[in-house]
Amino acid sequence: MNPTRVFATAGRVLNQIRHDPRTIGLLLVVPALLIGLVAWIFTDTPVFATIGPAILALFPFIVMFLVTSITTLRERRTGTLERLLSMPLGRGDFILGYTIAFGLIAVVQALIASAYALWVCGLDVKGDPWLLVAVAVTDAVLGSTLGLFASAFARTEFQVVQFMPLLVFPQILLGGIFFPRDQLPSGLKEISDWLPLSHAVDALNAVATNSHDAAYIGGQLLIIGAFALGAVVLGALTLQRRTA
Amino acid sequence: MMNSPEDTRSTAIAIEGLRVRRGRVDVLQGLDLHVPRGQVVGLLGPSGCGKTTLMRAIVGVQKVKGGTVSVLGQPAGSAALRHRVGYVTQAASVYDDLTIRQNLDYFRRVLGAARADVDSAIAATDLQEHAGRLVSSLSGGERSRVSLAAALLGSPDLLVLDEPTVGLDPLLRVELWGLFHRLADAGTSLLVSSHVMDEASRCDRLILMREGAVLADATPEELLAETGAADAEGAFLALLRRRHARHALPEADDAATEDAAAEDAAAEETNEADATEPANGIDRDHQHDHRAAHQEEAR
Repeated sequence: MNPTRVFATAGRVLNQIRHDPRTIGLLLVVPALLIGLVAWIFTDTPVFATIGPAILALFPFIVMFLVTSITTLRERRTGTLERLLSMPLGRGDFILGYTIAFGLIAVVQALIASAYALWVCGLDVKGDPWLLVAVAVTDAVLGSTLGLFASAFARTEFQVVQFMPLLVFPQILLGGIFFPRDQLPSGLKEISDWLPLSHAVDALNAVATNSHDAAYIGGQLLIIGAFALGAVVLGALTLQRRTA
Repeated sequence: MMNSPEDTRSTAIAIEGLRVRRGRVDVLQGLDLHVPRGQVVGLLGPSGCGKTTLMRAIVGVQKVKGGTVSVLGQPAGSAALRHRVGYVTQAASVYDDLTIRQNLDYFRRVLGAARADVDSAIAATDLQEHAGRLVSSLSGGERSRVSLAAALLGSPDLLVLDEPTVGLDPLLRVELWGLFHRLADAGTSLLVSSHVMDEASRCDRLILMREGAVLADATPEELLAETGAADAEGAFLALLRRRHARHALPEADDAATEDAAAEDAAAEETNEADATEPANGIDRDHQHDHRAAHQEEAR
């Protein structure tokens, strides 16, 4: 791992996005818009107060998964990855560079989405709102790293988009957003314990209701971080210098 | 490696018995090749003959089934070579959504090359006027020059260029071949592939490839003298004929078509019978093509 190459790669990815204003707009605005829509749907009901925090984690997670998986797939397909791997770029340099670049975008995205949910949609948070942002950012980073990992198993853009329902939907369904996790049938409850998004939703609900201390939330963040790290390591392993 | 130190000094690429299988196709079946240092070596052959696979093996990004590939005295793809070998893929492998300068600056930082290399690479490929433009707004020829410029960064000892002159205007092509020779004079070894036979005369040495095998490895003059042909295309045909002399059809026989078809069918039967012997598969294909060339001439 070489810091110069890691940051060169992160800077290059950010530079690429900078030349694509529409993508920036979509990345930064879409999650906030969707949160606004959910708030609107559940006007005058207590539902938004319950699911709002979880939704805050969900959209950045999905958007970052899609963007990252498609960008890295494009790099594999256009031959730039092959060129880089014939150069002294390490696999870790590549993956970490991407993670940093998309992680930074995720921070901005999560800040905007959280601010919109709190101030415009009137989401009621009893705990520290910064913890809400922290969880949303970690979740977006997790989405990025899972996207990197998924792109290794796809040959085409069509395939990589199919990984979204495969890797993301079960986490949404079992994560406790639509149905409390402790009421899930046995079996599913245990599975949901092993899905990273469940921990993000738990953490967000804990912040919203102020039912747990910061240490608990920190622990949940560590679990999500461990999943993200695992995805980065697996992603780096799937990046082969020699291909068939 | 099996090379003596002396060989290592004069040999840029040494390949022994290289076998590569891609999917279900044996692309290279025991290929041997020696490429000398400090020369512009042309790798010529029809599209699909294994040029790109060979180049990928030399650069060390191709999974190989067997044989050894030694580059500048070290096994291909070893970490020490990644600074010393520049590779240009057939499709321009640069970022569309960056400017030329941003592309080159990124690759420069990955290579750890000097900042000044970016400007000299831009100048060498005649891209000064476009340096601030996005690659997505460039023409195909300009894009492939950006890709070439990226390979020049860090002054590599070996340049492996896969069809770098495709789609370029004739003047620029001449200029690039001039650049290749200047680089070679300065000690760089170049392996340049092309399917355009008229570029053959610009090379110091030629490797003619077909169906994953090396047909000839000689200087252009030797090749023409040996085959008695007027140009590389003629030499290529003459070599094909000679190679398949044992199946050879009469040189100018207008009635050969039907006979050839019958012969082919017979050959196909025999080949299916000894499907275990891989060489037969190639010979059969060669014979088809040989016949096609023959008919072309008969007309």
